[in-house]
Amino acid sequence: MGSKYAVELRNVVKQFITPEGGEIAAVDHVTMQIRNGEFFSMLGSSGCGKTTSLRMIAGFEWPTEGEVYIDGEPQGHKPPFLRPVNTVFQSYALFQHMTVQENVAFGLEMERVEKAEIERRVGEALEMVKLSGMQRRRPKQLSGGQQQRVALARALVKRPKVLLLDEPLGALDLKLRKEMQLELKSLQQEVGITFIYVTHDQEEALTMSDRIAVMSHGKVLQIGPSVEIYERPTSRFVADFIGESNFLDGRVKSVKGDQAIVNVPAWGEELTGIVTSKVRAGDEVAVSIRPEKIRLAEKQGIKENSLQGVVVNSTYIGSDTHVYLDVRGQRIKVWEQNRISTLDPRAYYRNGQKVWVMLLPENTLVLPKD
Amino acid sequence: MNPHRRSPFILIATILVYFFLYAPIFVLVIYSFNSSRANVQFDGFISSYGDLQIVNGDVTQSPCGPFHWFCELSKNREVINAAKNTLTIAFTATIISTIVGTMAALALQRYDFKLKAFSQVSLYIPIVIPEIVMGIGILTLFSQLFSLLNNWLNLAGDARMTMGLFTVILSHIAFMIPFVTLVVQARLQGFDKSYEEAAMDLGANEWTTFQRVTFPMILPGVLSGALLAFTLSLDDFVITFFTNGPGSTTLPIYVYGLLRRIITPQVNALSTVWISIVFIAVLLLQWIQSREK
Ligand SMILES: Nc1ncnc2c1ncn2[C@@H]1O[C@H](COP(=O)(O)OP(=O)(O)O)[C@@H](O)[C@H]1O
Ligand SMILES: [Mg+2]
Repeated sequence: MGSKYAVELRNVVKQFITPEGGEIAAVDHVTMQIRNGEFFSMLGSSGCGKTTSLRMIAGFEWPTEGEVYIDGEPQGHKPPFLRPVNTVFQSYALFQHMTVQENVAFGLEMERVEKAEIERRVGEALEMVKLSGMQRRRPKQLSGGQQQRVALARALVKRPKVLLLDEPLGALDLKLRKEMQLELKSLQQEVGITFIYVTHDQEEALTMSDRIAVMSHGKVLQIGPSVEIYERPTSRFVADFIGESNFLDGRVKSVKGDQAIVNVPAWGEELTGIVTSKVRAGDEVAVSIRPEKIRLAEKQGIKENSLQGVVVNSTYIGSDTHVYLDVRGQRIKVWEQNRISTLDPRAYYRNGQKVWVMLLPENTLVLPKD
Repeated sequence: MNPHRRSPFILIATILVYFFLYAPIFVLVIYSFNSSRANVQFDGFISSYGDLQIVNGDVTQSPCGPFHWFCELSKNREVINAAKNTLTIAFTATIISTIVGTMAALALQRYDFKLKAFSQVSLYIPIVIPEIVMGIGILTLFSQLFSLLNNWLNLAGDARMTMGLFTVILSHIAFMIPFVTLVVQARLQGFDKSYEEAAMDLGANEWTTFQRVTFPMILPGVLSGALLAFTLSLDDFVITFFTNGPGSTTLPIYVYGLLRRIITPQVNALSTVWISIVFIAVLLLQWIQSREK
């Protein structure tokens, strides 16, 4: 209980030799601090270095540069079996020649825990993942979801300081996945162990995490709580990767406090928006507006950030209607919630209809181009 | 017409294959009960127990009854000795070549090192070159080495180093290692390293990981490799022929020696015993494997 951080990566670099003989930095000067007891996710598309980062924490890889700290202690070249962390592998990696009981007991046997104590803790762990009564089965005799739970029990029974999970739900079908997401989250709250969770699924990360690190090409782009990542992305990449957004190119005219006025040449207009990272007058920026945050109206409501557009296409999808507009030559998408239950076609948008598009300044983000 | 109807040719082919495979063995076994002492024609079984009686070269009565030739065999000191040698060689060489061959397979799978490609290819060479070439090569090596050492150490008489059990075992180990390595390598092809990582993650050090996870998982491959090596050693003739010496005669060498003199049904009895042992061993192995699933 030394440090306030369960895990810390300081300026960690991991280089690999590619089969072609070149070098690639799978992880490129990554710094992040994971707090005690938090559900922390690393989110990014395939190949961005999530697994490599996790493997360096577990001890399967050693950093080329920088240092990994666990509970305040530098790990250096410590082997995995001396680190107070446990991993749930994407492939589960359950020992096929052992029963469920033997799989879960393995880690405790390695610690030379007493037999009776092992028996008790294995029972508890299996109960926790709702697998009591399956002790004597072999992994092959279990469904994918059950195998996943065994892998979880096997790691949790060791009561690690930190649990590392590498896309643990990747192999499950959608329904089971959603169930397991909620279960994992409540399990984490129950046991109070720090979880570091790797996923490429933004929805999964948003649902489960206390904080998320968004990664790309071996670098961390932004770290923050789900809300912050979605509502206040600090770069165009993050805004694009998490959820959907409309982007317009522009140049900053002036910055005042956390607001900026941006000249958008495609429209010949000036838009006002919020600044989430350092931008200065004259910078090339991307203006980002989420489709659900655009207001449509028959009449112009506000003066600022307000333009006229034409409906090109509108798709009814139940809870929402997706409206695609042409606004002075730019394609803009808007998600309108269907708040009123009606069959009247006049309540919905028609192709060719003229509407006012209002981009409220508090919903408009001015992001550095990357 | 039913497309799955079996062609009569398949039946004929099947019968022919079984006939050519098993008819010689069947005949060989029958002849080990032959009453004729010359092993050229079948004069019927030895039917009665009692004192040995020989009529016109046919054994008509024996203390062992139809098992006359088996009894004779059991009294034959040379055969017993040859059997002992064969088993000693096979067991020792199998154990050592299985250990070394498995280690080689593991090293080739998981490490990158200089000359790795060469090491891999060099495994095939002992398998593809004619055994007789290898036999002569080993013979030359040992005789040159021994004469050099004998001269250098001034050994004379009984102290001189000569061919014997040791040289046979050594050569068997040498030619069996590639077979074991290739069989184990095939098993390792689909071996996911995350099993070992999981073990280490759960607190097992390298050695415990090997004992508790890696080895049990590759055991079927290691056993197949060992079994292959064992059978290769048991019936090896060529290499043993070139490397054996006084006192290290094996069964194949002994039988070959017998055949050049006189073919008695003792040879058949010996073969019957041999076949029975192999047959039982194979059945046992099958049984163990089916129980594992
Ligand atoms: N052992 C390795 N040797 C060479 N390159 C590797 C190795 N492991 C990972 N890489 C490369 O490093 C990059 C990051 O990989 P990884 O961490 O697995 O990404 P992610 O888990 O985010 O999909 C990829 O380009 C991958 O090809
Ligand atoms: Mg990965």
